[in-house]
Amino acid sequence: MDKFIYLDNAATTATEPAVFEAMKPYFEEYYGNAASIYRFAGKSTMAIDRARQTVADFLGAKPGEIYFTGGGSESDNWALKATAFAGRDKGKHIITSKIEHHAVLHTCEFLEKNGFEVTYLDVDENGVVHPEELEKAIRPDTILISIMFANNEIGTIEPIREIGKIAHEHGIIFHTDAVQAYGHLPIRVDEMNIDILSASGHKIGGPKGVGIMYLRDTVRIGAFIHGGAQERGRRAGTHNTPGIVGFGKATEIAEDRMAVNIRKETELRDYLIRRVLEEIPYTRLNGHRTNRLPNNANFSFRFVEGESLLILLDQKGICASSGSACTSGSLDPSHVLLAIGLPHEIAHGSLRLTLSAETTKEEIDYVVEELKAMIERLRSMSPLYEDFVKENRGVK
Amino acid sequence: MSQVMEYSEKVMDHFTNPRNVGEIENASGVGTVGNAKCGDIMRMYLEIKDGVVIDAKFKTFGCGAAVATSSMATELVKGKTVEEALLVTNKAVMEALDGLPPVKVHCSLLAEEAIHAALWDYAEKNGITVPGLKPPVKDIDETEEFYKTES
Repeated sequence: MDKFIYLDNAATTATEPAVFEAMKPYFEEYYGNAASIYRFAGKSTMAIDRARQTVADFLGAKPGEIYFTGGGSESDNWALKATAFAGRDKGKHIITSKIEHHAVLHTCEFLEKNGFEVTYLDVDENGVVHPEELEKAIRPDTILISIMFANNEIGTIEPIREIGKIAHEHGIIFHTDAVQAYGHLPIRVDEMNIDILSASGHKIGGPKGVGIMYLRDTVRIGAFIHGGAQERGRRAGTHNTPGIVGFGKATEIAEDRMAVNIRKETELRDYLIRRVLEEIPYTRLNGHRTNRLPNNANFSFRFVEGESLLILLDQKGICASSGSACTSGSLDPSHVLLAIGLPHEIAHGSLRLTLSAETTKEEIDYVVEELKAMIERLRSMSPLYEDFVKENRGVK
Repeated sequence: MSQVMEYSEKVMDHFTNPRNVGEIENASGVGTVGNAKCGDIMRMYLEIKDGVVIDAKFKTFGCGAAVATSSMATELVKGKTVEEALLVTNKAVMEALDGLPPVKVHCSLLAEEAIHAALWDYAEKNGITVPGLKPPVKDIDETEEFYKTES
């Protein structure tokens, strides 16, 4: 078989075989609508309740605070729009950061068009939101703070507990987009002062098309999807029973393996980072050196454009992603890389490699060796590199 | 569909095995176009003798389509007179590559501009006026500033 190395686990993950197995009966046998009255549907209801309990325990929440949704983006949309709507008589100000996922940023832009005011906090060169700057941005009419748990591109983990504490001291609702962190890092909603949390199934070996929103029971916000009594009247639509079961199972597995996976992935990630930085010149690591997602490495290779690199990697069976404009379908490179202060062309030359617990050292070695050759090749074709070499030789 | 799948076989061929990569020492004309901001920079070298492009080379910082269009553009101008080379349009480059995905059409424009910029340089150096040839637009480089401030 051709070589296949999947290093794009922040985009999506392989569905765990045990997750798929757990889901199957709810396609084949227990297809009943959980909202129906007969006993046959009870199987579905019970399965959903079990999944809800698993997720609640995992987050240190109550089952009644967990809502199943159609995914991370829906949860982010719901959290922001419904909180803004519920709080509009109190105030119109929202605080978020410049490095949020588009599910949050574009929702904020939508809210701005509808009369809300949004402060987009700067981050430092490592992508960290500074709590003191957040506190300075708070106004009497601030109704919501939304800061991601960990960044999807550069992996930086944000000081969630401190941010939540500040939010609560000012009586402001705190939402965190935890799509990249859920199942990868320990999360306790009470200790971390989180009021609303969004997470997604397919980032943790679960199925696509299912997510959760944790909503603290003292926080009152309305429904986002109207039309039924499901999810205590807050999220209409027939329950995606197999998806929810899969989410629960994926959470269970993630919880069991978390400590081991964090150790394993961190070790391999650091090995990858060390080799790349030592063996490929004019390279920088993006994101915080240590306080980052265990499976995330993000590099910028000077004089090299990201899409070209991705195609070469693809030809060698390696799946990765980049913050280059060409991969985003726009002319601008990643807003995250620009927010940490990278110039455009350095941002265009970024590469994100996100490991899984299955990733091996042999795979990393193969990728590093291939990368070295590819970077050298692309630089040999790069007019920017040509100029750089000439300038350093003192020849103009 | 994934982006790689959207590229024609010819684009992939010219990206994987680009023709005429490199520099020409003391070239008759050199043109650099594009900017770091949008992520594509092309530099074209032309060797012109008796009004004919006898050699063309390129260096490109850019996506797969940018590399492929540069490669194809050098192939298309080789052996042409200066006047003929001026008529190698982005459309011609695109057609020769069996098309580009819509978001990549600007890459072919860049290839056309690179040819024009190199021809302009040649015309300037030799005091020639080529009808229809316009001066290229210069872009600003922000990278140096970044590395000056980075510790």
